[in-house]
Amino acid sequence: MTFLMAFLIGGALCMIAQIVMDLTRLTPAHILVGGVVMGVILGGIGIYEPFAKFAGAGATIPLPGFGYSMVAGIIKEIPKEGWVSVFSGAFKATGAGIKAALIFGVLAAFFVRARA
Amino acid sequence: MEKKEYQKRARQVEPPRPVARNAFWAFLIGGAICLVGQGVQTALQGVGYSEETVKAPTAVIMVFLGALFTATGLYDRLTVLGGMGASLPITGFSNAVVAPAIEFRNEGAVMGTGARIFQVAGPVIAYGLFAAFIVGIVRFALRGVLS
Amino acid sequence: MSATQIALAGRGHLAFKQPPVLTSWATVAGKKETEGPLGRHFDRIVRDETMGEKSYERAERKLFTGAVDLLLSVAGRHASDVDLLFAGDLLDQIVTANFAARDIGIPLVGVYGACSTSSEALLLSAMAVASGSVRRAIAATASHHLSAERQYRYPIELGVQRLPTAQWTATGAAAFLVEDPAERESPSAPAKGDGATLRIVSATVGRVQDYGLKDPNNMGAAMAPAAADTILRHLQGSGRSVEDFELILTGDLGRVGHPLLEELLAEERVHPRERLQDAGILLYRDDQKVDAGGSGAACSALVLGAMALPRLRRGEMHRMLLVATGSLHSPRTYQQGESIPTIAHAVEVEAVR
Repeated sequence: MTFLMAFLIGGALCMIAQIVMDLTRLTPAHILVGGVVMGVILGGIGIYEPFAKFAGAGATIPLPGFGYSMVAGIIKEIPKEGWVSVFSGAFKATGAGIKAALIFGVLAAFFVRARA
Repeated sequence: MEKKEYQKRARQVEPPRPVARNAFWAFLIGGAICLVGQGVQTALQGVGYSEETVKAPTAVIMVFLGALFTATGLYDRLTVLGGMGASLPITGFSNAVVAPAIEFRNEGAVMGTGARIFQVAGPVIAYGLFAAFIVGIVRFALRGVLS
Repeated sequence: MSATQIALAGRGHLAFKQPPVLTSWATVAGKKETEGPLGRHFDRIVRDETMGEKSYERAERKLFTGAVDLLLSVAGRHASDVDLLFAGDLLDQIVTANFAARDIGIPLVGVYGACSTSSEALLLSAMAVASGSVRRAIAATASHHLSAERQYRYPIELGVQRLPTAQWTATGAAAFLVEDPAERESPSAPAKGDGATLRIVSATVGRVQDYGLKDPNNMGAAMAPAAADTILRHLQGSGRSVEDFELILTGDLGRVGHPLLEELLAEERVHPRERLQDAGILLYRDDQKVDAGGSGAACSALVLGAMALPRLRRGEMHRMLLVATGSLHSPRTYQQGESIPTIAHAVEVEAVR
């Protein structure tokens, strides 16, 4: 059931993004920025968390999940860290993914060359 | 032909975007990538990660897979078919970082790879963090009200 | 010789009283271009897109040098026999032509007209030779799909869906030798096979047109008005009608721009019908996933050298008009929200026995 939900919800999010892109003619970059900001807002008003519980990776793997993680990291830290968590919380929650991409990017640049 | 009229005519003769076909493939490929993500997450939970601690290692593994497919030239092809199905998942974020890193190696490790690595993913991080900052301030202000 | 060798008949139309002769040409094409309908007509084929170089910019330069070297060898000339090189490409600061000319040694006039560079260089070569001050000039251009992607679009490995209106930058290079008619009588100048003599009788310099289109993924629609303006002015200036031409070869309007050009011409009661063909449509087969068709400085040059000129040489046609079109935007002007200015230059070539 978890797996079916991940597939259906994750696929649906991607499909919505694709349809919005094709109909509005925005560039992929605009859609991705929109997606992450959407995740931040939905996370901020407390909708994304129950959604993620129910959709699993279908909600956390797409980019809105990335935005949700940013805001969830802040909200989680507010009681402990106070105002500074507004600055530090988002990075703590998403740092692993961002840093992994950077590390693998730099490594790939050493070994790989772009081809068609 | 007047300019306005020509612009209208140009839009009319434009071949339409295959919206339904694109949507289908975005669903299929996006769903499949999330399925893989769920597999990774479930496997990690099986070896002792909690629902809370599993997020970061899952992200790292998915980013690794995205980087691997980018480095082997496969991610590009996956996106040509899947569009947002390949771009929206975190593997697409990885592709957006790794592709310019590879691309600009000829311009040097510092000014090429280093300076351009966030060329594509930068806006996502910048506006994601900015939005989270705004939302964070609101949540901080309401910390007594919401819990 | 005096300035009267070139008559300016109407705005931007140049009639050459002693028409320069297009004696030889050479084409170098990439793998995908070779798999297209004109595949077996290219002089040289390059299968490795890196050409053994460490960057695609260097690979493009090698394509360019390859075409010029091949041209000199088929023409039986040395670089020292050529007075001027008119050349350009799509990269910033036209580095392909500029850097290649460093090694070639022919005095260079760098030219930028985006995808219209082919006809712009040819037009300038003809003007130089027709002026009487130059005996021999080479017009050359090159483009490389991957260096153009880097220049205009996204990193190569970044996944981006292609749009149905987008065009595919061709990988290849072509060079054309334009000579003074008196010069080519010299015994050391073998023509490229037997056949007709090809004369550049007139040309029309393009006017920049901007109909307010902004989508760099639909350059064909942006460029069609420039092609229409130049074709109409060429007909007016030369006093010919479309029926005088067996081929009007535009480049590179693609499948979107081509019907728009037909409409624009029809408004002026000009109906070229099947005479009007587009290099962007001719270079690739429908199933080669190039969406709206080919583009790039090499696209029209390759079709000219592999298809149009050989047909003139063999006597299958007697008169053609090359109308290469160029989109003059840069990624920066596009990001700043500006519309796309475009241009088209025409060169009329006739075959005489």
